[in-house]
Order: sequence, then structure tokens, then C-alpha cells
Amino acid sequence: MKALSTLAEDSEPITRVGVDLCAVQEVKTAIARFGDRYLHAVYTDSELAYCADGVKWRADRLAARFAAKEATVKVLRPVDTGIDLRSIEVRRHPGGWCDIRLTGSAARLAERARIGPLAVSMSHEGNIAAAVVIAHTAVSGPVEEAPQ
Amino acid sequence: MNTDQIRLIIGEHGRLSADVARLAETDDLYAAGLTSHASVSLMLALEDGFDIEFPEALLRRSTFSSIASIKTALTSLTNGSAPS
Repeated sequence: MKALSTLAEDSEPITRVGVDLCAVQEVKTAIARFGDRYLHAVYTDSELAYCADGVKWRADRLAARFAAKEATVKVLRPVDTGIDLRSIEVRRHPGGWCDIRLTGSAARLAERARIGPLAVSMSHEGNIAAAVVIAHTAVSGPVEEAPQ
Repeated sequence: MNTDQIRLIIGEHGRLSADVARLAETDDLYAAGLTSHASVSLMLALEDGFDIEFPEALLRRSTFSSIASIKTALTSLTNGSAPS
């Protein structure tokens, strides 16, 4: 990722923000219906490791991470481009805060859009999880992915 | 491609606020209540129902935006012309 000082070389940085909500019950239902297929389609191994609770899953944590992924997609603003949700990873640091790590398709979009480091905040209470993601970029509009 | 089966799957997994039987094939499913998380469940259910796997290139919002767009995606996957 380019530093904010690099992004500002050509123009004033533009702030992008994304927010999303996810119902915890929807995550529970998806796990019950689709099991590992759902879990491995959406979450990385490290995300699943943090959200495991013995033989059960912390659906509230998973829902918050889903919301963070969708909020990140809103920041990336793909133009009819597929994004594997596992290419957007929520990493939790020992101090308790989280950040977003991009790989694959998400990383390519961020690079083309010259998006700087992503900041994320998540919360969950009852049946609702929420996340907001903020980043700076020098590009105002959505970005198409280059043909592969 | 049988849209009745697509409608059935959307009805079971899309969590729409509208009656899927009353939706036109080009009606916006997101406007009818499809959430981002429900679109994931819908995707998995379509994979089960049609024995296909959506490639990353089709994991975009527009793929699940209408019955018609889902039908187009499924047709491309079943005849081998889908983007990889």
C-alpha cells in the first residue's frame, strides 16, 4: 500500500468510507444450512481461528467481519468486478484493534485506485453487527479492473 | 434454464421482503430486500441446486441483481462459457 504522503503528490487525498450491517442470525442460519462451505467461502483461516469457540462459532464475531468485508467493498468501489470476500481479511492485533489486509482481487483494485491503508472499526450487540471502513485515495470514482 | 427453480431458491434463501413469484425477471432483487449476506447464501444455494461453482469473476453484485442475471450466469456456467 502506498503511504498517504505518496497519494497526495498529484492531488488532495480523497476520503472514502464504507459501512455495513449484518444480522448475526443470518450468519447462524448460513452456518446451519451450508456449514464449512459457507465458512470457507467467506472467511480466511485466521479469521475462522479467532471466531471459533470450541465446537461452536462466535456468530457475532463472524457477522462483524462480514460487515467489515462489505464495508471494504464499498470503499474499493468495483465496477462490475468480482471480489472474493476472502481477499479482504480482518486481522486482530493482540492489543484488541483490527485492521484490513487485502490480497488477490481486492488488492489489485486498491492498487489501481491508489487507496492507502484501510482503517476499520467493528461492533456487535444483540442480533446486529456493524463495521465502518475508511481510506484515502487520489482517485475520485470507481475503478475497473484491468483485463486479465 | 428453468427459472421456476431459480425462483424457488431465491424464495428460500434470498430473504426478500417481496413475493418472488410476483417479481419480473428483470426486477431488482436488492430493491426487493436481498441483502449482501443473503446474496452469499443465495449463491451457495444456487451452487447446490444447479451443481455448479461460481468463479470469482461472477462474484459481483450484478450477478445476483435479478432473476434474469442469475439465469444468464447459470447458463454460462452450465454450458462452459462463464468467465474464469
